[in-house]
Amino acid sequence: MSVVVQSSVAAALHRQLNQGASPGSSWGNFMFILPFLVVYLLLLVMPLFKGIWISVQEMDMLSHTTEFVGLKNYRELWADDIFRGAVRNTFYFVFMSTPVFVALGLALALALNRPGLTGAVLRAIFFGSSVLSVTIVTLVWKLVLMPHHGLLANITNAIGLPSLLLLTSETWALPVIAGVTVWWIIGLPMMLFLAALQQIPHELYEAAALDNASRWRTLVSITLPAIRRTLALVAIVQVIMQFQLFGQAHLMTQGGPNNSSRPIVQFIYEAGFQHWTLGYAAAASQVLFGIMLIAMAVQVWVSSRKEAY
Amino acid sequence: MAGINIINVNKRYGNVEVIKHLGLEVEPGEFLVFLGPSGCGKSTLLRMIAGLEPVSAGEIHIAGRDVTQLPPGARNVAMVFQHYALYPHMTVYDNMAFGLRNVGVPKDEVDRRVHEAARMLELVELLDRKPVQMSGGQRQRVAIGRAVVKEPDAFLFDEPLSNLDASLRARTRVELARLHQRLKATMIFVTHDQVEAMTLATRIVVMNRGQIEQVGRPMDIYRNPASRFVAGFIGSPAMNFLDVTRAQGDGGQVAVRLPDGTLLQTTVSEARLSLNAKLELGVRPEAISIEHADALGVLVGTAEVVERLGDQTHAHISLKSGGIVVAHAHRDSLIAPGDTVGLRLDDAAVHLFDESGAAHHAAPRSSP
Repeated sequence: MSVVVQSSVAAALHRQLNQGASPGSSWGNFMFILPFLVVYLLLLVMPLFKGIWISVQEMDMLSHTTEFVGLKNYRELWADDIFRGAVRNTFYFVFMSTPVFVALGLALALALNRPGLTGAVLRAIFFGSSVLSVTIVTLVWKLVLMPHHGLLANITNAIGLPSLLLLTSETWALPVIAGVTVWWIIGLPMMLFLAALQQIPHELYEAAALDNASRWRTLVSITLPAIRRTLALVAIVQVIMQFQLFGQAHLMTQGGPNNSSRPIVQFIYEAGFQHWTLGYAAAASQVLFGIMLIAMAVQVWVSSRKEAY
Repeated sequence: MAGINIINVNKRYGNVEVIKHLGLEVEPGEFLVFLGPSGCGKSTLLRMIAGLEPVSAGEIHIAGRDVTQLPPGARNVAMVFQHYALYPHMTVYDNMAFGLRNVGVPKDEVDRRVHEAARMLELVELLDRKPVQMSGGQRQRVAIGRAVVKEPDAFLFDEPLSNLDASLRARTRVELARLHQRLKATMIFVTHDQVEAMTLATRIVVMNRGQIEQVGRPMDIYRNPASRFVAGFIGSPAMNFLDVTRAQGDGGQVAVRLPDGTLLQTTVSEARLSLNAKLELGVRPEAISIEHADALGVLVGTAEVVERLGDQTHAHISLKSGGIVVAHAHRDSLIAPGDTVGLRLDDAAVHLFDESGAAHHAAPRSSP
């Protein structure tokens, strides 16, 4: 009896397994992802390993000489004061800009999450600067911050204050670049937060109103928990984006004064394309890649946590 | 337990008037049901009582206090929403405790009330769960629990059963009735389902196009609908309507000629009906008896569809003179689609509706 039952179960199982594609035909299915795979391998995976390979070579682009040197480039980077300064500057920049992106982006979204013309116009204005290219943004701000004739100088002169030479100050150059960056792309996190806020069912706020929740309590107990995935997303995306700071620093201060605003990417650019030491630049790139990989891992960890929603 | 007084309330969105100068008094401890089709303004009215919609004109008093300008939280009412509106990231316990904590109820009092409500609604096992881990029926019970713990002056229900499946809806309906008997609290319940209204209500407020059509106890509304609209809305299957012409009656009672020429002497008094009025005759399925097609004074028709519900049978009869009427047949009736039958209307249970839609009811036959 039990043998009969077992064999019928086995037959049913066999039928079930056979309902899917049989192993023989799976190579045909593989063709569907081939175009993507080719592009992915050629443009992402290969350069990644090539970059690692270059970083363990001494490569002189001028004399076209290549020599395997192991971890020498990394050891030199570790001892390079300018590189260490660039890492410090980059971290400083990320820690300055990311909290502002999250907090200000959320504040703007909360303030502008309303129907009507005023809200729409203000949303458009705040988002508008995001579409400008970095050259235009830096040009505008260089005009504002120009010593003696800029908008800021005119204002300080008019109220009888001394001129503020922010871009030539070691203390202020990087914070000013952070401020300009926030001005430039604050619209993106704002839009993400707006999208998240509009997903929250209106009934929840009505229930909270009937439950006597104050505005602060509603924000803390209803709104923030509902958008916490977006909060994490914005924070991580901004960390990754701001680690790659380059254009603003390169165009506004060229990394100065006294290397006080040089970020890692600018260091890589200069090592690779001004000093033509490609191996050294590749090694610096791997360090940046490692830092960003950690940031990515945090993102994956945050977004894969079980959502009770 | 508190009464609610709605005084000449008006609501407009721009030029559109959704509630037209409406007055209503809700007795303390009453289970009042707002019934009407979608868009009739019943939910808007409920939301105005809750304070979720501002009123355009008029006043709302709860427990003798003018709350017209008060925010929702200050009105001491609790609302159960159609889609539950539970806080998704909070446990059942926290969902119920949220409103109490916001007004500074002491911790052990919060605990006592939440556990009492949980026991009453069989939620004790679920207190640590989050809404996503529960079924629709359980969520609805939590939503009701969240209202109960607040011990409000009035409970407001906004179509709370419409998201549940049929059997769960019937069960929750009974639970709500039991809850009302137990708490004896004032409850206002909005629905478009006349069965919910009939079964739950102490009184029903039938609404149409932002106005009250009729207020009354369920059976009064069923027996004596005030208008053509109410008559058609209450009852399932719905009342049958036939276009009739007025004929010479006797004894001060109206006689009408049915579409096929049959004369029907009703017991509706002639007094309030003008002679040339265009009339519509309304008759409920249970006031129609099915007889042989050759019987005297019957409407002849053909059975089209026969619905057997077990305890009763609904026969949809296509009349020879046009139109379809639904009649209750005996549950064991042998009637089958295609049969030619005769229909006899109970002259003491018919209603006449004049052109304005106003109803004129037959006088009940005096008992022998």
